[in-house]
Amino acid sequence: MNPVLAAQDLGKRYGRRWALRHCGLEIPAGHVVGLVGPNGAGKTTLLKLAGGQLAPTAGTISVLGGTPGAGPGQLARVGFVAQDTPVYAGLTVAEHLRLGAGLNPAWDAGLAHDRTARLGLDPKQRAGRLSGGQRAQLALTLGLAKRPDLLILDEPVAALDPLARREFLQGLMEAVAEHELSVLLSSHLVSDLERTCDYLVVLIDSRVRVAGETDRLLACHHRLTGPRRDHLPPEHHVVSAQHTERQSTFVIRTEAPIHDPAWTVTPLTLEDLVLAYMAEPVPARERVTLEVRR
Amino acid sequence: MIWLTWRQFRGSAALMGAVLTAVGLMLVLTGPGLADEYAAGIADCAVNGRCDRFYSAFFGKHDLAFLSVTLVALLLPALVGLFWGAPLITRELESGTHLLVWNQSVTRTRWLAVKLALIGLVVMAATCLLGLAVTWWSGPLDRSADDGWALMSPLVFDARGIVPMAYAAFGFVLGIVVGLLARRTLAAMALTLLIFTGVQLAVPLLVRPHLQPPIRASVELTAANVDGFSREADGLGLHLRNQVPTDTGAWVLSSRLADPAGRVMAEGEAISLSGDLALACTPSGPPPEAGRADPMAACFAELNRLGYRQAVTYHPTSAFWPFQWIETGIYALFTAGLAWLSFWLIRRRAS
Repeated sequence: MNPVLAAQDLGKRYGRRWALRHCGLEIPAGHVVGLVGPNGAGKTTLLKLAGGQLAPTAGTISVLGGTPGAGPGQLARVGFVAQDTPVYAGLTVAEHLRLGAGLNPAWDAGLAHDRTARLGLDPKQRAGRLSGGQRAQLALTLGLAKRPDLLILDEPVAALDPLARREFLQGLMEAVAEHELSVLLSSHLVSDLERTCDYLVVLIDSRVRVAGETDRLLACHHRLTGPRRDHLPPEHHVVSAQHTERQSTFVIRTEAPIHDPAWTVTPLTLEDLVLAYMAEPVPARERVTLEVRR
Repeated sequence: MIWLTWRQFRGSAALMGAVLTAVGLMLVLTGPGLADEYAAGIADCAVNGRCDRFYSAFFGKHDLAFLSVTLVALLLPALVGLFWGAPLITRELESGTHLLVWNQSVTRTRWLAVKLALIGLVVMAATCLLGLAVTWWSGPLDRSADDGWALMSPLVFDARGIVPMAYAAFGFVLGIVVGLLARRTLAAMALTLLIFTGVQLAVPLLVRPHLQPPIRASVELTAANVDGFSREADGLGLHLRNQVPTDTGAWVLSSRLADPAGRVMAEGEAISLSGDLALACTPSGPPPEAGRADPMAACFAELNRLGYRQAVTYHPTSAFWPFQWIETGIYALFTAGLAWLSFWLIRRRAS
């Protein structure tokens, strides 16, 4: 089976600024993938490259084995719910469904009608007068009823209140369970993804820092607390380090067991893990380029 | 796709339909009356031979309607470009809905092709109909218009025949291309208006005079091409009209006085008065009473006998349809080029 997304040395430049650089990824099918990172890290750029909205400046990307955006066949296989879930303000809910039916050969009219009915969306209501949560649900309905193999959602819940956020993600999870599609979902909040994702990609400063199934990631990342030490054995990849005068706290990634009795080993939550990567010092090479740029 | 295009477009189409129906109704209701009045007037003036008076009276009576109808036909293509072309894509970009519609199972190319074809056809049908209706309605007025509003003169020509259709198609596609480049509706509208107006000025001034070689003629001086005389220090000043007496609809490119040697005289150069000419052209005595023969008739006769002529360069009324087709062809090329550009831009634009 083709990977949902495969990228080699993928890069996208806007003018002189790289929004995404040296991105290598291979995401297997059948996952709900969370793409997480701070604002401006390049999440939207990566998703738009996957959806075919953008063409890469460097490297290659393939989605479900095809080139993103190449022809109606590829478009039909990938659903895309854009940031802020845009809908036509002047068109009614029913007209949006008609739009979807007209533009997608695999349109599932039953699914679309059931979903809007269940959500209590009035078919005659203009989309411009829907609440933010309803609008997001309408956009999600359009994306699901297209029956894609991969659904991409760019910060779908960023603008929603906590209740609408939970309802949206719940609806998404139900649809995933029912229709066996892969989902690629971005957020700058890990808590949104914690309940939904079984695969995580951490994108920081236009680079992929870590990617993998969440269970595996949690299993091989540890927090070590103990007496102050500046260096760790080489099989322990240090993600972040904090030192006080007497004590050191490391977040490490390792497949090997930790035998050193000096350490107190505690497991990480997903949020801890992501925050540890965000706190990771910028590699020296980049610091130099920054200075050169100035 | 066709349904979506129509659904998004139907509001403006209805507005356009209403305006055109109102204008069309007005033209259809008043057109036959205008033609009758003209026919009766011509029959009448043929008897007493003072048709020039009828022309100016007839045109003067209807000049307001003439100007408004001409203005509508002139403005419509610009409005189409401004309000249909420019926002077509920028409106989607500004509301983010391009990300919705371009992620359905339809390529952007096809999305644009359907919009371009469907709305373009409506634009062309509407403006073609309007252009032809205006041409039919204003026929009698175009035949009696005075020198400022000759049928072939730039502003009137632009509002007749099939060129409004060509201009509108061009304006529409221009608006789309500018919209793709400017990305903001307001900026796109302003730029579209600027470029469209520029082209609409440049073509009549720079291109149209050379579509066919103009006619150069030497015409005898009569009251039909001479506006008036004035007494200058060094002789007689003669002011020519921009009009060809035998072809009042012609587009006069230049109208100058030529002296007996055939030399085109400078602007404001006076005719030296001597001998018979001084006698004929400086009548003495009381001003003539109304109804008597033209007091300057002797002066015209003497000027023509000496060999003074109006040296005129013009495009005749008979060139109307050739010019219409050639110009439609030129704009069709512009339009096709811009349409190609719009497809190229939408394929490679980043959203």
